[in-house]
Parts: sequence; structure tokens; C-alpha cells
Amino acid sequence: MERLKSVQHVIVVLSGKGGVGKSTVAVQLALALRAKGKKVGLLDVDLCGPSIPKMFNLEGQSIHQCSEGWLPVYVDPEQKLGVMSIAFLLENEEEAVIWRGPKKTAMIRQFLSDVHWQDTEYLIIDTPPGTSDEHISVMENLRAFNPDGAILVTTPQAVAVGDVRRELTFCRKTGIPVIGIIENMSGYMCPHCSECTNIFSSGGGEALAKEAGVQFLGCVPVTKELAAGVSAGQSATQLPSVPAIEKVADRLIALDKDLP
Amino acid sequence: MADVPQDAPEHCPGTESDSAGKSSACQGCPNQTLCSTAPKGPDPVILEIQQKLASVKHKIMVVSGKGGVGKSTFTAHLAHGLASSDTVQVGVLDVDICGPSIPTIMGLEGEQVHQSSSGWSPIYVTDNLAVMSVGFLLKGPEDAVIWRGPRKNGLIKQFLRDVDWGELDFLLIDTPPGTSDEHLSVVQYLNGAGIDGAIVLTTPQEVSLLDVRKEINFCQRVELPVIGVVENMSMFVCPKCKKDSIIFPATTGGGEKMAADFNIPFLGRLPLDPRIGKCCDEGKSFLEEVPDSPATDAFKSIIEKIRDYCSKRPVNKDTETGEAAAQS
Repeated sequence: MERLKSVQHVIVVLSGKGGVGKSTVAVQLALALRAKGKKVGLLDVDLCGPSIPKMFNLEGQSIHQCSEGWLPVYVDPEQKLGVMSIAFLLENEEEAVIWRGPKKTAMIRQFLSDVHWQDTEYLIIDTPPGTSDEHISVMENLRAFNPDGAILVTTPQAVAVGDVRRELTFCRKTGIPVIGIIENMSGYMCPHCSECTNIFSSGGGEALAKEAGVQFLGCVPVTKELAAGVSAGQSATQLPSVPAIEKVADRLIALDKDLP
Repeated sequence: MADVPQDAPEHCPGTESDSAGKSSACQGCPNQTLCSTAPKGPDPVILEIQQKLASVKHKIMVVSGKGGVGKSTFTAHLAHGLASSDTVQVGVLDVDICGPSIPTIMGLEGEQVHQSSSGWSPIYVTDNLAVMSVGFLLKGPEDAVIWRGPRKNGLIKQFLRDVDWGELDFLLIDTPPGTSDEHLSVVQYLNGAGIDGAIVLTTPQEVSLLDVRKEINFCQRVELPVIGVVENMSMFVCPKCKKDSIIFPATTGGGEKMAADFNIPFLGRLPLDPRIGKCCDEGKSFLEEVPDSPATDAFKSIIEKIRDYCSKRPVNKDTETGEAAAQS
């Protein structure tokens, strides 16, 4: 894991629940940190459902090697935001990765040990839902590197919060600090009458944060731009920034300054 | 050879061969010990499961590549819909080991599994609707299942072999997102018993379809018939002004185009009614609580198509689903 030594901060984006917006939050956080002048890496360890390359319109790109290891695929010519994902290793984006746990574990280990992140300041790791092979592997391999912590993403309703509660247990058992909980898809404003409807209930994320004694990092409402993800031909770099996630980025940078 | 792993040494005899682990080509292979000591041939538990599930007429998997599209919500309401006639016996098996949502959605939070001499007893929602989930084995809401693949597979095997369902017309299997251990295990363990097909859930936007296409690819590769695609969260109807709006735009044609591209049936669209999420949180059937919602009509129409598909299937045929998966 020598190559990870050059990375200053590692943040893992987790949820117990699928479809709550982990990848969206990871992408937005990466963009927010880059906008504040940081060099960012984004590692997608969702091997069955890798979303990150599509979000930056990077499909079809390949991984290149240099003498120091695998190079991330850069979103920008200034190389301030690099991405790594299994999607870059697939010949056909419809091809399913039908791997059992041990093979997934080996791939994640390779991603963590072989990628030359150069002097990345913030490495954000996007994970699939759950508390299984991918998550255990990431934690085991990161243990020596003191990750900054985990950001947990939930939607407001009980079904999601239930899974995220289990993810908090996972964080406790694996010893990763919890930076906080973001509540995504928190309300939708009708474009016709401006009525805000809680399409996925309300308040669950904040209540969970309080119950668990962790920081509540804010709400992100459903907006058409974020919900669309990225339409063909567009990149996430063209999306408007999300205020709640900007605040999380500020918070991470402030935490850095507080360290001796 | 189908049983030669991708990264096997040259001249690998195949993991199922009699000389697996013993031939000269095996020297230095990291799997050598495993191959030379592991038993060959089909897993005997497959026959046990076939016998146990002989009293189940139709088995349906509910899948998606993508998380959060409504698999568990759909499975629960499909179950409620099928069980609305009390002569129809329905079972729901939740194989989402890390994120079991079914107990909450079906109003069974806090229930615990009991064992009897005939196996594990499922938990009954009504006389004709039974459920099994890892959720019933957990000590409390904070209890997390932090297991690697092999352990998850062991539990799935137990669920399929040991649950005493009795006579069922339908067994619905709710899965987690992805194409990994849980999905492979269900398909492999049901190789003898057979699966009628899979219902593929998606939401309209491309970031979902990207993952769901992979799921359809998985179904093709393991020879699991696809009953059809359901597109969830298609449209939102404002409870105040009653006008439609689209939250998750189908910029690349949505579920219907994807189904057409793969030449599989499109079963229909489900609108996003905020009361669905509320019912799920409260463990109630949306179909009963809000019978006049357009979403209820849409659910019922889709359920009818699924019933129709199953009625044309031979009951409990010894299918060869999972041949390809057995090699994985």
C-alpha cells in the first residue's frame, strides 16, 4: 500500500442502503473540494455497479500505466481530479461483473495498492451499498493509513435509515470515525406550484444522527439536475454546486487546519 | 472449458476435473490445495433444495443492478397483490443479507424466527402470506451483518433448504442490488428446483439503466428467463396541484427502450406516490391503504401480467436454469 502514503486525506462514502445517492454525493464532494483548490482523487469500489465514470462522461477511457503504477483517469487537463473505477477495465459497459467476494476483494486491494495517486490531497472512496466484502476490504487495507472518516448518506425514510443504522455499527466495529450523516432526496419542490413534498418521508437522517451521536451534515433536496445524473454528452462538472455539500467540503478543509 | 478460471495457469485441467490440483500445470497455482481437496460434481444440497421446494409452484426473483429503485417495495406489494385472494399461498424470501428491508416494509419488524422439527418457520403476515429474512435473526436494529461472501452464501443455502414454507403458489425472492454472491448463490442452489423468471426493476434515468443492463446481462449469462422490466418512480403527481412532473428523466429512453433493446417484455410504469414510501415505513400495504391511487392501478396491472406469465409456465418443471452459473 506504499502508493497510498502520498495521499493526505482519505474519506469513505458509505450507506447501508442502495440508491440514496452515495455516488452523487461523492462526485459533488470531489468537485467542491477541487473548486476550493484541492487535488482530489475519486476511487469507485462499486465493482458491480460503477457509476462514477458515467457521471463525468468518461466512458470508454482506459487506464494507463506509468513507471510508478496505474494512472487515474483525469477529469480535467490540470489533473486536479482523477478517477479510478472498474468501468475503465470493462470492454463493454453492458457486461456484468459477476464476481464472488474473493475476486472483488483482490480487485479492491489492487486499486488501493497499484494506483499512483501522485500528491492527491483528498481521496474519496465511493462504495456500493452494504457491509460486505468491498467494505471489509477497504477498511482492512486502509487501517494503516488512518482514514479521516466516513460520510454516511441516507434518504429520510425509515427503510433507508434502518440500513444506515447498521452501517454506523459497521463503522464502530471497524474503527473508522464517522464524519457525519447527509440526508439526500430531502424534499422535492413541484415545478408547477412550488409545493415542497417529502417524497421519501422526512427527518429520518437528522433523527438518526442525533440518536447515534454523530454530526448531521445537512439535507440535499431532490433537484432535477442531480436526479437526472448526467445526460448523454454532459459531465458532472457542468452541474450546479450543492450548498450542503459545499459546507461539508469546507468542514473537511477546516478539520485539516485544526490538526497540529 | 467452462470451469477454467480466467487467471488460471496454462494447461489448467479445470476445477471440476479429476486431476484438478494434481496435474503438473497446477504446481504453484494459488488454488492448488483447494482444487485437490474440494469435492467434485454437483452440490448435493441442490437436490435437497429441489425436494424441499417441490411444494412451491412458482419461484420468481426480483432483481436490479441498481440500489434504491424499489425492489423490496415491489416484492412486498407483488406479494400483497398475489395474496389478495386467500386461496393463493405466497412466500417472500429476502436474500438481502446486509440490508434486509422486507421485515420493515411488511410490518414484521422485531419478529424472530422459530425452529421446529420440519425446519425454520417463516413469519406470517396473514394466513396465506409468509416471510423469511435475515432481519428476523438480528438481535436489534443496530445489529449489522458484516459478512464476506462465503458466509452469506451459507445463509442463503440454509434459507432455501431449511425454511418450512409448506405449499406455496408463489415464492418471491427479493435480492440486493448487484450481480454477486447472493445472485449467483440463489441461481446455483435453485438449479434443481428451477426459477420461473426474474422481474427486473429500474428507474427511468441513465445512471440506473447503466447498472440494470448489467443485471439483464447477468440473467442472460446464467440463463435466467426475464419475465419483464418494471420502471419505477416514472412520474410524480403533486398532492397539491395534481399536476405531473418528472423527477428522474428518461434521457435515454427509460425502462421501456431498455427492454426493447434487449427484446424483453416491458411490464409497465409505476408513478412515485409519496404515500408508497410512507406505507413502507409503516409496514402497511399501499394497495390496501390507498386503493384509488394511479400507482395502485399500475401495480395491479403489472401483477396481472406476472400472474399471467406464471399461469402459462409448467408447474415445478425441472429446469436447467443456472447451468452456466454453476460453472462460476
